[in-house]
Amino acid sequence: MDILRIATAGSVDDGKSTLIGRLLFETQSITKDKIEALKAASQRKGLDFVDLSLLTDGLIAEREQGITIDVAHIYFNTPTRKYIIADTPGHFEYTRNMVTGASNASVSIILIDARNGVGEQTRRHFYISSLLEIKNVVVAVNKMDLVHYAESRYDEIKNDFFELSDKLRKPNQNITFIPISSLYGENIVVKSDKMPWYSGESLLGILEGVTPEDIDSAVLPFRFPVQHVIRPKSEEYHDFRGYSGKIASGQINKGDMVAALPSQQMSKVKEILKYTDSLDSAHQTESVVITLEDNIDISRGNMLVKVGAQPELKKQINARIFWMDTEPMKVGKGYLVQHGINRVKAKVASIDSRLEISTFEESENVDELKLNQIGEVSFKLAAHIFADNFEANPGNGAFIIIDEFNNNTVGVGFVK
Amino acid sequence: MNINKQFPRALEDEAIFILREVAAQFEKPAILFSGGKDSITLVRLAQKAFFPGKIPFPLVHVDTGHNFPETTDFRDKLAAELGVELIIRNVEDSIKAGKVKEETGKYASRNALQTVTLLDTIEEFKFDACIGGARRDEEKARAKERIFSVRNDFGEWDAKKQRPELFDMLNGKIDLGENVRVFPISNWTELDVWNYIKAENLEIPSIYFAHEREVFDRDGIIWSDSEFINKSEDEIPYKTIVRFRTVGDMTCTAAVSSTADNIDTIIEEILEAEISERGARIDDKRSEAAMEKRKQQGYF
Repeated sequence: MDILRIATAGSVDDGKSTLIGRLLFETQSITKDKIEALKAASQRKGLDFVDLSLLTDGLIAEREQGITIDVAHIYFNTPTRKYIIADTPGHFEYTRNMVTGASNASVSIILIDARNGVGEQTRRHFYISSLLEIKNVVVAVNKMDLVHYAESRYDEIKNDFFELSDKLRKPNQNITFIPISSLYGENIVVKSDKMPWYSGESLLGILEGVTPEDIDSAVLPFRFPVQHVIRPKSEEYHDFRGYSGKIASGQINKGDMVAALPSQQMSKVKEILKYTDSLDSAHQTESVVITLEDNIDISRGNMLVKVGAQPELKKQINARIFWMDTEPMKVGKGYLVQHGINRVKAKVASIDSRLEISTFEESENVDELKLNQIGEVSFKLAAHIFADNFEANPGNGAFIIIDEFNNNTVGVGFVK
Repeated sequence: MNINKQFPRALEDEAIFILREVAAQFEKPAILFSGGKDSITLVRLAQKAFFPGKIPFPLVHVDTGHNFPETTDFRDKLAAELGVELIIRNVEDSIKAGKVKEETGKYASRNALQTVTLLDTIEEFKFDACIGGARRDEEKARAKERIFSVRNDFGEWDAKKQRPELFDMLNGKIDLGENVRVFPISNWTELDVWNYIKAENLEIPSIYFAHEREVFDRDGIIWSDSEFINKSEDEIPYKTIVRFRTVGDMTCTAAVSSTADNIDTIIEEILEAEISERGARIDDKRSEAAMEKRKQQGYF
């Protein structure tokens, strides 16, 4: 059974929570007691309808203000697969939580209110979807009921969107458009008869058609960050030495020649273990234990790669940074860079350009990066990292930035 | 075969990755273990993550003294079989020490009192990471929680200041005195847990299966009769066939009327259930924000 991870972006006003409520309701994923609780909560708020947004806005502050502040994760199954929705905030000031929620998604659903059309928020959401290399973007034009299900309005929005997206769009990105009304359930799970001019599938139909692993793991280079060395030293396993980790990209077969980075020492894969099973091969996202024919020095943070397909060892990196802290990033300041599981000290050498994500205003050669700004940054590192270009290999091309003093995750980087 | 009866293996890979990060990033982690199905799942995952090595964490149970004997017996047995250290701390002792006060009235429960004992246990053993079996599908405040959830010196959760958690990169860096709650099965649903128990052929306490029990009705819920619950005169116990869908303390866990006496019938029942799992948790019914408020104070 596979899992499809989706991120929805938009504010409550766009009908995002109602949309999720609909999806859950029509796939029979809301239980009776939860519906009862929703009814009671809606009544307490003095509403004469059942407010489906109360289902996902789980924090007191969110319910008070009627906005989404942090990501909520919601789960449902269809007869085909398991779905995980990261319901992310649309408000500008919580953009970092949106990035958090969307970072694992294979599909991003961007909601547009049919009355308001393409706005600042649409542009920001699409920009972030592209930044995170999300391959499938579904643009749902919601509240079609309020524009009399008019095709002309839908086409207008579609044109506006493509005008904006052409500049930001990635070559391999699929963008699908759909007109919906989440309040009335039009085009959500079944096709609507209100919009005969729309020839595509329902929203769920579109989602069911997406393949989660659209990149074949066989074509990507094998990257295995060593998490933990397993040395039981028990009588039975006295000489056992296994390298545990989750394959970041590509695949590995028993007998393959591998090199350990940074030492470059080589050996052959003796066994690929999953608990007591010995496998012939394993591919990206699998957690395994690898044993080698030779005893070479490998510790946490090192990486196993296939001989002949090695990443460049980098002590100086250029990356696109999204800054998530109220304290700005500054040129000359030291941070910790965590690439996968490998943590190294880093210093900001320069910020070559900066983009303000609320206004899309660009500037060059700046000395700091503020909350919700994106910059092209160059870092000096205290030790090597084994990263690939993020666009070419997203599984091994991102890192987080940690503030050494308050321990917070303050930024995310995409290696260029 | 119905796809909803298959366990998605990607969830196991994710959980094992998280457990290995805990072993690598922290000095003194522990598994919070109640003997319930979610913590049994956690223990299995830990066993797989470090095999052929041993589970590198002790199991910690905060015992309210009001637990089902079937669960505590199971807890002791499993720890002994695995050869893992089991640390038990009792709410009773916190009450005797005057740190908390027993609740009174009809709904008196020691469930909320656990928090104090848990925080004291964390301090006593200097645990820097506590691994728990909470899942995001259980309750809407939990749906907001990160996988590595940082708590301050007082064990408090600040929902508005959660660390961004991107891709699968986990930041467990903390200051001395702080600790992290770790939730490796965050993305599992109740159904996923049951499908896993079946796929792995895991043993679970008998109270999850249909059995005859002395119960009484209150607020449309079936309560298991016990000396720990203050019954009113018109609450008259009777015998019937029930099972437990979620297992907490006897004062906060309701039974469900069911004849499901094996794992397959349980899975069928959950697929068709009209009531959610935590619908049987009396502790969540106190108010809409009951869980969030308890979490702020350090509840697990």
